[in-house]
Order: sequence, then structure tokens, then C-alpha cells
Amino acid sequence: MSTTVSKPTGASGGAGRGFLRRMIEQRELSIFLVVVVAAIFLRLASPNFLSQANLTALVLGLSFNGIMAVGMTVLLISGGFDLSVGASLSLAGAVAGYSMTKLGVSAPLGIVLGLLIGSGVGLANGLIIAKIGVNPLIATLGMQQVARGIVYLLTSGLGIPNLPDSFDSIAQGKLLTLQYPIWIMLAVVVVGEILLRRARFFRQSYFIGGNERSARLSGINVDRVKILNYVLMGLLAALTGILLTARFGAASVSAGQGTELQVISACVIGGSSLAGGEGSVLGSLLGVVLMALIFNGLNLLGVNPYWQTVVIGAVLILTVAADALSRRRSTAK
Amino acid sequence: MGVFEHMGDSQSILRVEGVSKAFPGVQALSDVTLEANRGEILALVGENGAGKSTLIHILAGVHRPDSGRVLRDGGEVSFHSTHEAEAAGISVVFQELSLVPNLCVAENVFGGRQPLKRLGLINQRAMYRATQELLNLFQVDFRPSTQVGRLSMGNQQMVEIIKALARNAKVLVLDEPTSSLSLQEAARLFERLNQLKAQGMAIIYVSHHLEEVFEISDRVAVLRDGKLVGVRPTKQLDEHQVISMMVGRELDAMTANVRNEGGKEMLRVESFSRRRVFHDVSFSLNAGEVLTFFGLVGAGRTEMARALVGLDAGATGRVLVRGREVHIHQPSAAMHAGLAYLSEDRKNEGLFLDMSISENFLAPNLSQVAPTGFLQWNILQRLTSTYTRQLDVRTPSLNQKLRKLSGGNQQKVFLGEWLATGPQILIVDEPTRGIDVGTKQEIHRLLRQLAAEGKAVMVISSDLLEALRVSDRIAVMREGRLVGFLPAAEATEEKVMVLAAGVSGPARSAKMEGVKA
Repeated sequence: MSTTVSKPTGASGGAGRGFLRRMIEQRELSIFLVVVVAAIFLRLASPNFLSQANLTALVLGLSFNGIMAVGMTVLLISGGFDLSVGASLSLAGAVAGYSMTKLGVSAPLGIVLGLLIGSGVGLANGLIIAKIGVNPLIATLGMQQVARGIVYLLTSGLGIPNLPDSFDSIAQGKLLTLQYPIWIMLAVVVVGEILLRRARFFRQSYFIGGNERSARLSGINVDRVKILNYVLMGLLAALTGILLTARFGAASVSAGQGTELQVISACVIGGSSLAGGEGSVLGSLLGVVLMALIFNGLNLLGVNPYWQTVVIGAVLILTVAADALSRRRSTAK
Repeated sequence: MGVFEHMGDSQSILRVEGVSKAFPGVQALSDVTLEANRGEILALVGENGAGKSTLIHILAGVHRPDSGRVLRDGGEVSFHSTHEAEAAGISVVFQELSLVPNLCVAENVFGGRQPLKRLGLINQRAMYRATQELLNLFQVDFRPSTQVGRLSMGNQQMVEIIKALARNAKVLVLDEPTSSLSLQEAARLFERLNQLKAQGMAIIYVSHHLEEVFEISDRVAVLRDGKLVGVRPTKQLDEHQVISMMVGRELDAMTANVRNEGGKEMLRVESFSRRRVFHDVSFSLNAGEVLTFFGLVGAGRTEMARALVGLDAGATGRVLVRGREVHIHQPSAAMHAGLAYLSEDRKNEGLFLDMSISENFLAPNLSQVAPTGFLQWNILQRLTSTYTRQLDVRTPSLNQKLRKLSGGNQQKVFLGEWLATGPQILIVDEPTRGIDVGTKQEIHRLLRQLAAEGKAVMVISSDLLEALRVSDRIAVMREGRLVGFLPAAEATEEKVMVLAAGVSGPARSAKMEGVKA
């Protein structure tokens, strides 16, 4: 080792590696390119792809998973994940619907109650995982069943229709030709991206996911961060649930079924690691977009919708496999 | 391998010729030519980043050289994996053992190559018998059916070596084999190695412990900055010569002879106890002094420090920082009180190996880098470059992942990031464990310098020479109790050992460096 390398060269140290190569190493860019290629393919394969009706439906559809992906990204980075989001989403919609129709509360209060119940589910998850030490798989899988069960109890297994118009308008109204959920999703994503990059609180999750014991010794309050991350996830799932309920004008007992895996898959496609320590909101959003494009393509091409579930599973496995292979190659070098 | 067996005329069983290897920003090896002979133990020594690990990774088939050749019994070979290296009779036992703790010894030894019966079922009896034969050879006291996780570190090391033998190894490469062994285990290992050597095996022994090198090796090869400085018969060398070959200069006779009386009292601990772990420990630590806690394994030093910084709960007694009583129940509270604790297990408790140097600096300095709640990269940049320069961390870039740095450089990053938090009291547990001689000296000098700058430094060390070198006072613990203080001026190896071991009699001074957890 010569004396020249013994001097730290600062942030410019990577300059010798070539701009292009560094960009390729950026997960966001490579997935963005895949999204572009997929869009070009769909444009060529189906004339309807670029129609305004299709595009707005596409974006509206992905905004629900997009909101949840922000919370899931933070959880994955800190080494956790949440399988109860689909059920919390449904529970938040059912609680809002129940309180407005059966208890006669106003729409704003109904929304607040829905958001509170979602945050409460998140808090329960967080406490069970951080304070008791139950692993996230079991804790959130159990919570999924509990939350879904409460939905059935509240709605007697049927939905809750006939919600007030003032409630429905939060998802059905438009601003600059785009429905409100799209704007809400964009706001959550932008704020999430900035906070995760720059905010002290969110930065702690990277350390917890990277090495929990080291994080604790570095003075990070690991339990508190974990619990708040689950609360945030519950809150965002509830927000999604409220918006979905408002969009359909009814709370559904089956709302959100299977969305937990869609959201986790999208985040992993976008560069979050199931082992923790890695991920970004932007990457996860691109993952959500890519999955939405795939589903949209299957619809446009007239493929049997039951294939969608098969595709979600296959895409998740392929992404993780590709990631594992590239890691193996880079460590073998 | 059988093909080569009868070519045994030449003594050289393995030879590397003009081998070079570069990694981004570092020429790890340049033009190294070295050979290992049948029936000898060749020691490979060098500072951090001298190229030892690169060389053994090439032998193990993990890396491939950029140029140069590897010759096995005179024939050129090129390995693309550890399997190919093993097939050619080269087995490398890395510092981190590769055993499966839940399986038994026999399964580990045969892992994946178990003798089979018809139908592809494992022939348990044959496997156990073959393992037993190897165990007999080594006169070890465990059985083929023992679960590996239940064995001591020393016995696990034996299992690794036996595994290599089961694969018909002709060349055995050992990377820091004694780093986690007790003194007796190390002695047993040396006996076995001599036995293998007598049977004609070539052994390449990589170590930081020069005493071991002199005890066990026939020849010593010294690497520095990727180049081979020299290979000489061990008998023609002394420790001093080897060190100066390694560092390329004469070492300072010893660190500071300026000992501080110490200034203001920074930390005072009174009747500190934790049930069954440590009892009634009282001491005070002053600004400007280095106080080293010495003791044998299990003396309760680390446990006491961990309780002090709030890592382990349940301790009683009083702790005063700068005269004010504090109640510290978690590490963040210790930081606020001005304490920094550097664990002995820096890889699992302190560092983030898959993150960059800068990101590692961020971890304990979050509130400093983000005074408003939002990170300011320029502050991080300034902290990181200031402290990496001050501590001479050797890296091509501050964006380098920690995993790619040598142990010594990792330790410097660890120290640097904690110095950046601006602590007044520094508690460093085993500051030089697993670190080469050159960096060891640098770290000792640094600890003295920190004390000279007015910090209160508490060191925990199992290395007696280190304790004598670096301290102003030595506190000796035995079985959870503080049994005495010795001012550095009066401390001798013998006096310290008598206190630590609780017996009088001749201290086995030369060996004390090996007393490790």
C-alpha cells in the first residue's frame, strides 16, 4: 500500500470508477430503465395503453400500493416487515364505515377513527415485536388474522355500503384531472423520500437493519424506532383503507386481501433487502409502478386475471434470485 | 492428486511465482514468489493490509491472481473455487470457522461427502468409524457424534483441521488459528501441528502473535505493502528483526514514558455490583490518565463496563460522572453523560460492516450531524475526514465498505467515530485484539495521546504487555472482585499476574499475551 492511498480521499473517492458504472449500480436507475422498456413494449403491443382512460386508471390503481410501499420500505430497511397491512387497511375502512353509518359520526371523525385504529394495529405490532421479541413474521401474520376477524365481526361478514357523500368525495374528487388519491400518494412519496434520505429519525432505521446490536451501542433507541415504524406503517395502511373505501363508496370485507405481498414484492424489486439495511422510497415506488404495468399489460392483452396472482409470486422470486446472484458474483470477485 | 504423489523428489509442494493482485485503489500483492515445503511450518507475517489475506485467498481459490503462477508439486494450477483448491490438496482454515454448530462432528468432517449406502442413504457407521480414526490420531476427547456447537473454540478448530485431513490435504493454511483459543488449547494445537509436520504436511501459519511464530515455525516470510520483504529460517531471526521487517523501520522503544498523575476526577464508581457477575467494585478515573483493568477470562471486567454504560441491567451501587451521580440504563444515556464504550467485539457490537466508513461515522454522531433533525452531509464529511486522517485510516475512499478494511483499520474507524462524539471518558475493551503489531503500537500511542489531551481513558485488556505499556495505573480483577491497583511505575508482569491469578509463584510472563477470552 503506497502512501498516496493511505490518505483519505473524501467523498470524491469513487470518481475513478466511472460515472456510467456508478449509475448502473444505482438500483433506482436500472429499475427505471426496466419500467421504460415495459412501457414501450405495452405501447407497441396495445394501442389502448396510452389512452387517457387507461393511464389514469393505472395511476389511480397504483396509488394505493404506492402509499403503503413508503411505510413498508422503512420497515424493510429496519429489518422488519408487516404482513398485516392488507387486513389493517380493511379494518380502517370498516371502522370508518361503521362509525359513520351505525354510530352516526361525521365523515372527518370517521376518518380519524379509521386512521387511529390502523395506527393502533401498528402500535400493537411494534410492541409485540420490539418489547416482547416475537419475530415479525409471526406477530404480523397473527395480527392479520385478528384484524380481518374484527372486520367480519363489525360488518357481520357483509360490507358496509351507503356511506356519506362527503366521505366518498375524498377519493372520488379530482384536482387538475387527477383523483385525490393520486395526489395524496405523490405527497406521501415525496415526503417519505426526503425524510428517509435526510431525517435523523428515519436514518436510524438503516443502522438498525444493518446491525441491531451495533445500533444499540451507537446510542440509537432501537425499540422506539421499531415501534414508531410499525405505527407509521399502520397509519399509512389505514389511510389507504380509507381512500379505497371512499373510492368504492363501501367498506368491503375482502379489501386489501393479498396486498401485503404485492407491496413487499414491489419494495424488494425496488432494492429493499429482506435482510434489512437497504432500500429507498423512490426505488419502491418504481417497483410499484413496474408491478402495476405488468398487471395492466396482462389486462390489456386479455390474459385471464387469475394469472395475476401467479405473476406476483413469480416476479418476487425472480427479483430475489437475481439479487442473490449478483451479490454472489460481486463477493466472488 | 495421486498423479503428483510420486514426483515427491522436490521438497517444494506448493509454490507461488511472481503473483500480483490489485483491488480498486490498492495493489494488494506485487510480484510475490514464495514456496512451502513438505514437512515444514512456514509462518506468514505482516502488518494490516500487507497482503497476507490476499495471498491465502489466492491459495484457497477465492481470488485469482492478476499475474503470476501457482505451482502444485511443480505443475501449474489455477483454482476457481475453494473446492478446486481442496481437490488439489490445499485446505485453508479461516479465522471465522465454517462449521455447522447444529450438526455432529462426523457430519461436519464429511459435510457433503458422506460415505453412502445403496439407495443413496448415508452410511452412518462408516462415517463415524472414519471420523473416530481421525480423532484418535489427534487424541482429542470428543466423539464423532458430539454436536459441534457444544465444543470449545479450540476443539472446533481441531474439527476444522480434521476436516481438512479428511479431504486429503497436503498443504494446510491456518489463518490466525489461536485468536480465539485459550493458552492450553493453543499448546495442544501446536503439538498436533508438529505431528502433522512430521508426517510430511506443509503448513502455512498466518499470525499476529510473534511469540507463537517463534515457537512453532521453521521459516518466517514477511510481507509488507504487498511485497515479500524476506523469507528466513526462524532460528536466524529475533522478534525485533521481524518487527522492523514488517514495519520497515525501527519501532519506538516504548510508547510514552511520560506518565500522568491524572487531573480532575471524571468517573467515580462505588460498590458497583451485579449478582454473580461482579461484586463491590469501587474505583475512580481521572482526566489525563489511562487506567487498565487486567484480569483472566471471567474476571468480570467486560461485564462491569457493560453495566456501567447501561448495556446490561441489574447493577447496584453508585456511579458519579464529574461529581454528579448518574443513572445510566441505556447506551444513549451513557453518551449523554460523556462516556464512550468500545466493545471488544467490534464486528458485532459497534460497526456496520456492510456500510461505508462515512456511514459508520454517522451512527454514533447522528445528533451532531443532524442538529435540526435533518442530516447535513458537510458536517459528516468534515468529521469523517478529520478523524480518519488523524488516525491514519488506510483506505482508497471514505465510501469504502468496512468489510473490505483490515482489522486494524476497522478498529481505527471504530475509535475515530467515537472520538468524534467528543467523549470525556473513553472505555476501550480489548483495543488491540486481532490487530497486527504495527497498528497495535499506533493504537497504544493514540490512547496515551488521548490521555495527554485530558481525556479519562479506561482500558480493558487481557494482554499483560499491553497493560504495562499503556497504563498509568493497572486495576486487577479476579472472579468478579477488584483485587488491587498497581501504579505503572511499580507494576511488573509478575506482580500483576500474582494478583490476577490469586497465587504466588513464578509468573509465566512470556506466555501471558495468549491469555484471551
